[in-house]
Order: sequence, then C-alpha cells, then structure tokens
Amino acid sequence: MTVALSGKEMAGKLEAQFPASIIESSRASLIVKSEFLLRIAWYFKATPGFDFDYLSSITAVDYGNYFELVYHLVSLEHNHSLVLKTRCYERDEPVVPSLVSLWQGADFQEREIYDLMGIRFDGHPNMKRIFLWDGFQGHPLRKDYSDGT
Amino acid sequence: MALKTEHFVLNLGPLHPSTHGVFRLRATLDGEVIVDIEPVLGYLHRGIEKLAEGCTYKQNIPFTDRLDYLASMSNNLPYVMAVEKLAEITVPERAEYLRVIMVELQRIVSHLIAVGTFVQDLGAMGTPLLYMFREREKILDLFEMVCGQRLTYNYMRFGGVSHDIPDEFLPALAKFVDRMPGFIDEYDQLLAENEILLARTKGVGILPKDLAINISASGPVLRASGVKWDIRKADPYSVYDRFEFDIPTGSISDAYDRYRVRIEEMRQCVRILRQAMEQLPKGKVLTEVPLKLRPPAGEVYAHIEAPKGELGFYLVSDNSDKPYRFHIRAPALINLTALRQMLIGWKLADAIIVFGSIDICLGEVDR
Repeated sequence: MTVALSGKEMAGKLEAQFPASIIESSRASLIVKSEFLLRIAWYFKATPGFDFDYLSSITAVDYGNYFELVYHLVSLEHNHSLVLKTRCYERDEPVVPSLVSLWQGADFQEREIYDLMGIRFDGHPNMKRIFLWDGFQGHPLRKDYSDGT
Repeated sequence: MALKTEHFVLNLGPLHPSTHGVFRLRATLDGEVIVDIEPVLGYLHRGIEKLAEGCTYKQNIPFTDRLDYLASMSNNLPYVMAVEKLAEITVPERAEYLRVIMVELQRIVSHLIAVGTFVQDLGAMGTPLLYMFREREKILDLFEMVCGQRLTYNYMRFGGVSHDIPDEFLPALAKFVDRMPGFIDEYDQLLAENEILLARTKGVGILPKDLAINISASGPVLRASGVKWDIRKADPYSVYDRFEFDIPTGSISDAYDRYRVRIEEMRQCVRILRQAMEQLPKGKVLTEVPLKLRPPAGEVYAHIEAPKGELGFYLVSDNSDKPYRFHIRAPALINLTALRQMLIGWKLADAIIVFGSIDICLGEVDR
C-alpha cells in the first residue's frame, strides 16, 4: 500500500529549512508559497528518506480568488506519496515556477494547465498551448470563462 | 564543392494509419534522420473536463467511456472509485470481483489491439491483427452479455455495477480463459522470433530506467524499462490484494521489451481471471445510492493500473451535485513525453515503431 505522508508532519520538517514558506498544512496535503515551490520540490526529490523520484500528476483548480496547483509526488523506492500544493493569487498574469527541470513528466501537463487554466510556468522550455490552437481566446477551465454565447 | 543541405520539416498525420487516431507529428529531418520532433495534439479535444463540471456525478460516467475508448471499462473504474471515496460509499464484494473481471478482460483487449496494430505498422499486414481481433470479439461478446454494449459500456456505478452477470456469462468466460493461453502461444509462434520484428524493434526506441521515471511514464512503458511498478501491487485497490500474479518487466527498455511486457501481461490477466472466477462470491452487486448524489466538500484522487498506465481521477467537490473540478491523469498523454528523446537521432521509419510501442489512444490524450 502506498503510504500517504502527512502534510502536517512534512510542514514541521520544512519549517527549519525554509522558514515562512508554508501557507497551510493538513493531514492530506501541504500548501507552500509559490516562490519556494522549486526549492521545496527539489528538497523532496533529493533528500534521502523522501526520494520523491516520480511526479505522478499535476493539475490546477480555480477557486475564484486564487488558483491552486496540485502536485502528486510518489517515491517508487519507498512507496510513499505526498500531495504538494501551491497557490497563485494573481488572475491577469498568473505565473508559478515550472518543475520541468526536476521532472520532465511535468512538460505536457504544465502546457495543458497553461492552455486550459491560463497559468504560465516560469522556466518551462516550450510554454505554449497544447490542445487548443494559438489564436484561441481565453482559458476554458477557468470558472469565469465564457465563449461569448 | 560541398553540396548545400538544409533540414526538412515533415508533417506525419493527423490522418495517417500509423498514428492510431488523429495524432500529428512534426518531424524535422536531416535526410532520413530525425533531428527534432514535436507532437501536435488536440484534434480530438472535446473538453471533457469542462463538460464534466456541468453534469451531475452520475451523468459523468458515460464521459469516462469516451476517454480511452479501447478500454472503457478501465476508465469507469477509477472515476467511480474516486466518487465512492469522496462520498464514503461501500461496494458489495461481488461487485468488486465483477469489476476486476471486467478490467482484466479489458486489459487483454487493449493489449491485443496495441500488439496487433504495432506489428501491423511493422509490415505484418492483417494476419496477426485479425487473429487478435478474433479473441477481442469473444471478450466483446462477454461485455455485451453484461451490459448490452460492445465499445462504450457505462457498466460501473457508484456502489457497484449496473447489472449482475447473466447465467451464460461464467461458462462463456471459463471457455475463454481456458483457450486464451493457447492463443497467446499462437501469437508468440507467429511473432516473438520473427526476424523482421526482431530486426526492427530490438535496440530501437530505448527509454532508460531513470528517464522513464523522470518523465512520469507508467504502465507497460515504465515496466519495459525495468521498473517493477504496478499500482495493482504497489497500491492495491478493489480486491487485487487477494490474487497472485507477477509483474513482467523488461531489461533492455526497447520497443521489443514493450511488446514482450504486453504479451506477458495478458498471461497474467488470465491468471487473475481464473482466481477471480473461483473466488467470486454470491450477493448483491449494487449499494443503494441517492439518485442525486451530493458528496461532502473535499477532494480526492483515485488511480488504477489501466492497460496504458496510471489512470487517475482528481475530483474536487463543493457539496453540490456536480463536481467542482474533474481532472483526469491520462497515462497516454504523459507517456508521449518520452517520444522526443526516444526518437532524436533515429530514422523516420523507426518513429512509427517507437510511437506504436508506446500505445496511445487519442481519446485519452486529447480528452
């Protein structure tokens, strides 16, 4: 059984290393500030004992006053998982750091989020739409999206 | 005087038999050698994630059928699992066994098509593919018995499955399970040591273990790269912890290994089916669930080992009758990430083989 690591416990471990980096933590997930995302993700990937070598899935949710990005990390070696999240409060030009430099599996998934949710990933090697065409207006998965009809 | 040469851009697809759907590959070539490729996606994008936000939980089950339409049963399962987790619905044991039987049959179907079209791309026109369609037909007959459909089943429900199996199902399944290993041997005789297959797939499209993990590959693509990772074992769901089966893996991580892993997985499917038939308990197959289901607010991620890899559903509920967010972790899309690095430096003819060995379904890639 894949053991889901507690976000609360992880927050305790992170506090010393990255002070003031955590927005919220619960049993199910750990929410960090986006400016710390890349460093914290690297910490989880490279620290022995965590070894999160596998980024299972990335997605984004539009909660109205902020976007939440959800990263499902898995360690194939230890068979444990962690739900890491970050938030983006900007709506007009939302930007979060890209994780492609750590896990190339993020490539298409970040492009998908950019395409459908309109969040730009800083550091992505090929940040453009993936499903919709280049001239498409808007980002359909946003809650305030309207196609004008 | 040296001849002036320049790179050449070739569009492969979106309408080309070897692209298995509406996939387009923009290849930059230096003569025959691939310098760069870029997959162009979205020709089958129907916005299912957005559509699902406007439909009730139950109305969304048929949408999942239309993701990987070659493995609809396997798409139903993680979605109903996710909603069951969210709304804390229990599933009768008989229904769990029926689900396992259906998704394992579906895995055989998906692998048959994967292998059949793969060898067809290699020039084995017709014969192997039709042999495989012969067995696929038998499984579709079984599916038709339980739910009346042959492609998009819409069979699973929150709290179980829509119908119990009819009396003629188990004898027909037993007959199929008895004959299938012989058919797999037949494919092996036809293909496994075929000189053309070996020459064109051995050592082609190598995906090293570390890279496979780094690009989040899953399913046969990951296992062919030597990673013993199968969600049925690593994070058992339904009743998979009650069955004995092995996880076939590859060692060279090439297109041939991916072919082999699929063939071996079919044998393991038959093993699981045998055990599931023996253990199948009696009882009801569906728990009573309110027609208009309103799961408590929260979020959930449920995943299974689908034929093509890790298929997951991430749902966010706001306590209304429709999901607030409905995200699908599509294995075929993520496995495609590996394509570029597997192809650069190889000949264009190899692109078809390597692409075929990943086994994608555009319904799932584009959603």
